[in-house]
Amino acid sequence: MAIITVSHLSKSFGKNEVLKDIDFCISKGEVVCVIGSSGSGKSTLLRCMNLLEIKTSGTVSFHDKEIGGSQRRVNEYRSKVGMVFQSFNLFNNMNVLQNCMSGSRKVLGRSKQESKTLAIKYLKKVGMAPYINAMPAQLSGGQKQRVAIARALTMEPEVLLFDEPTSALDPEMVGEVLAVMKELAAEGLTMVIVTHEMAFARDVSDRTIFMDQGVIAECDVPERLFTNPSNPRTKEFLTRFIAS
Amino acid sequence: MERGIFYWIGFLLQEFWPNFWKGTLITIQISVLGTVLGFLLGFLIGIFYSTPAHPNDNTAKKILLRFEKALCLIYVNVFRGTPMMVQAMIIYYGLRTYGVAITSFIAAILVVLLNTGAYMAESVRGAIHAIDNGQFEGGKAMGMSHLKIMMSVVMPQVFRNLIPEMGNQFITNLKMTSVLNVVGISELYFVTKTTANIYYKYFEAFLITGMIYLVLCTLASQLLKLLEKKMAGKNEYEIAAEYLVQ
Repeated sequence: MAIITVSHLSKSFGKNEVLKDIDFCISKGEVVCVIGSSGSGKSTLLRCMNLLEIKTSGTVSFHDKEIGGSQRRVNEYRSKVGMVFQSFNLFNNMNVLQNCMSGSRKVLGRSKQESKTLAIKYLKKVGMAPYINAMPAQLSGGQKQRVAIARALTMEPEVLLFDEPTSALDPEMVGEVLAVMKELAAEGLTMVIVTHEMAFARDVSDRTIFMDQGVIAECDVPERLFTNPSNPRTKEFLTRFIAS
Repeated sequence: MERGIFYWIGFLLQEFWPNFWKGTLITIQISVLGTVLGFLLGFLIGIFYSTPAHPNDNTAKKILLRFEKALCLIYVNVFRGTPMMVQAMIIYYGLRTYGVAITSFIAAILVVLLNTGAYMAESVRGAIHAIDNGQFEGGKAMGMSHLKIMMSVVMPQVFRNLIPEMGNQFITNLKMTSVLNVVGISELYFVTKTTANIYYKYFEAFLITGMIYLVLCTLASQLLKLLEKKMAGKNEYEIAAEYLVQ
């Protein structure tokens, strides 16, 4: 049963067509990694799924209901689909705990106590609970990203979207963030991950999507996609990646 | 024998200190009330002005938004583009001739408020633009409405960044109230003028008043510095030891 279904999705910025007629769905418990070179439309696809970008045509459905129309419905949908950004986007005016409680309190309307309990539960999971009093500016990149993951988890979303979560981090910090994401994958959280970490994509994904010039060039289980891709573009991309 | 400056300063202070005191109080009242209310107005208009039109909005809402923005634009332009003294004359005497009689105190506050609001609206708009788009997106992705993002994420940051600007505005207002003597309000400048007239001691009387303005402005800037320091928060944070994993 598909949670999110994307059909015939197209997106243009002016005359530049970034996404061309994308069809794609994600089922409960699935981990889908999206790979591809920069500018292939990976991030735009993810942002369209959360309606941060406004699609040019096509539909995005959540449990077979099309998303759109009133802002209230869009917001309700977003509260069920978490997002983790490349640049963390933690609220600079709140400390770690307040960041994690904000959505739970202000969007879901949970009590202060309940929000705090949940926030701490998820901060413990990402190993950031001792830092509840820190401000985002006082944390390293890897720590910020782990807090951002905890903030998204505190909303207890059905799906979590990751937009290049490790691209702004140095190699040492990449490891700590990927470890958290691996754990989440193992627990059965539904995730869509746009990434440049090939080894990670191969290890955690149930399906891997290779995007090229705004289309899904190939979609397969990682075992086949990484070792024996059917599309020559996938092969080219992967060889270059392994070579570098 | 000719008596010196210090004699006359001492004399004026001794004889007329209640006048100076009352004038100072009125100056403080007008500038504090006018500034604080003006900040509120400026923040409101700044927020209105930077509300994005949403593609899902219906036509009526879009037209309303346009209308609001046009109204804000006109207001800001009118009040930034005319002298405070002229505004005071229109609001106090002008309205009076058409039967709207307000006291000179209310008129003075109104002028300060509307001026501050116009300048602050522009500063607030700029400060909202300066906030990283990621702050908005972080909120949006959680399902926060634009208003919630503004109130709980953006405006606290904007407010902190605007404290130096608010300090400027407050100090300007403290001094600018002196032009409001044209509507016959007995603020510090007006009081000084009448006091100086009695003995023709302009130099001495205005020296006293200059000192009072200087002290007021210095105090105001120190207060705002204190507020800025407080808003900046601590440099260090405490590790929550109870959550440390052994």
